[in-house]
Amino acid sequence: MTAHPRAGLATLLLVAAVSAGVARAESDATIEGIEKYREALRDGNPAELFEAQGEELWKKPAGPKSVSLETCDLGMGPGVVAGAYAHLPRYFADTDKVQDAESRILTCMATLQGVDVKKYVDARWTSPEKDELVALATYVSGQSKGVKVAASATHPKERAMFDLGKRMFYFQGGPHDFSCATCHGQEGARIRLQDLPNIPTQKGAAAGWTSWPAYRVSSGQMWSMQWRLADCFRQQRFPEPIYGSDVTVALSMFMAATANGATMDTPGIKR
Amino acid sequence: MGNPMKIRATAKDGVTEVKVLMSHEMETGFRKDSSGNPIPAWFIAEVTAKLDGKDVMKAQWGPSISKNPYLSFKIKGGAAGGKVAITWVDSKGDSRTDQATIA
Repeated sequence: MTAHPRAGLATLLLVAAVSAGVARAESDATIEGIEKYREALRDGNPAELFEAQGEELWKKPAGPKSVSLETCDLGMGPGVVAGAYAHLPRYFADTDKVQDAESRILTCMATLQGVDVKKYVDARWTSPEKDELVALATYVSGQSKGVKVAASATHPKERAMFDLGKRMFYFQGGPHDFSCATCHGQEGARIRLQDLPNIPTQKGAAAGWTSWPAYRVSSGQMWSMQWRLADCFRQQRFPEPIYGSDVTVALSMFMAATANGATMDTPGIKR
Repeated sequence: MGNPMKIRATAKDGVTEVKVLMSHEMETGFRKDSSGNPIPAWFIAEVTAKLDGKDVMKAQWGPSISKNPYLSFKIKGGAAGGKVAITWVDSKGDSRTDQATIA
């Protein structure tokens, strides 16, 4: 009689082992399926349409001074766009500030074109003003596709920004007691089909930093890094950060400097 | 008028592969705006492809096609230097034509 329960247990264990194997095979097939879907999306990224739009905006005289943004200094000298995004955020002596691509574009709009940028900063996402900024950021980022990320973080202000970004990343609060690290501080996590990069690691920071701005297929929207960050704040139930504010630049500085050495793959595409 | 399309065409072994990105809202007509009013349908209804001035494809589209659609197809024939022209007509009667040279 004693043999029977044991045989039963062995069978159970065997069944358990087999079903675990099935579960693993299933998740492998799921991941493979996701990869195939991503591959299909990559071929014909609508972000190209926004890049073209941004290029037009960049080169078209606009604002009260009727000047184009072509002489904008993105850190590589006036008028140099190629590779600039990969070196941002960085310290700019003229504004005495560390700036990312988007806050720098605002500076250029204000100084070169004489535009009142407050309207652009305050405008809601999906407003024509923000659409313009996102298109410009998409164009600028596209000019760094294939360039290695090289954010310096050597200037004292850059170091301070990096540290502030790191602090913000681990800052826990809000009604859900969330921090960025809650979702982005572990390996192998994902929300639905999107892998969540482990941002404090070089690989994780690279996965995030090098793929935004990105076109989001599900919403048909082009998102810049500022929009991505603002929405991360929303998901944490934090107050929405001001567009181009120090805390957003700091988070970008933290990501970019951690991702150093990776290759820009912008503009990206997401589900 | 609409925004410009992005067209890429490459010829290989007597077959031309065409890839087109179109910029369009592709509104289904089933959605409502923030005040609850239905957003009228507005989508690309017809797509025509021409190779060197000759019709090679006609497609009838509907509201189930995504926003900013991507279309890829192959044509028998065509050689480097030839012209591929794509025209869309949307449900409001607006249309746009763009052309690309085969690489």
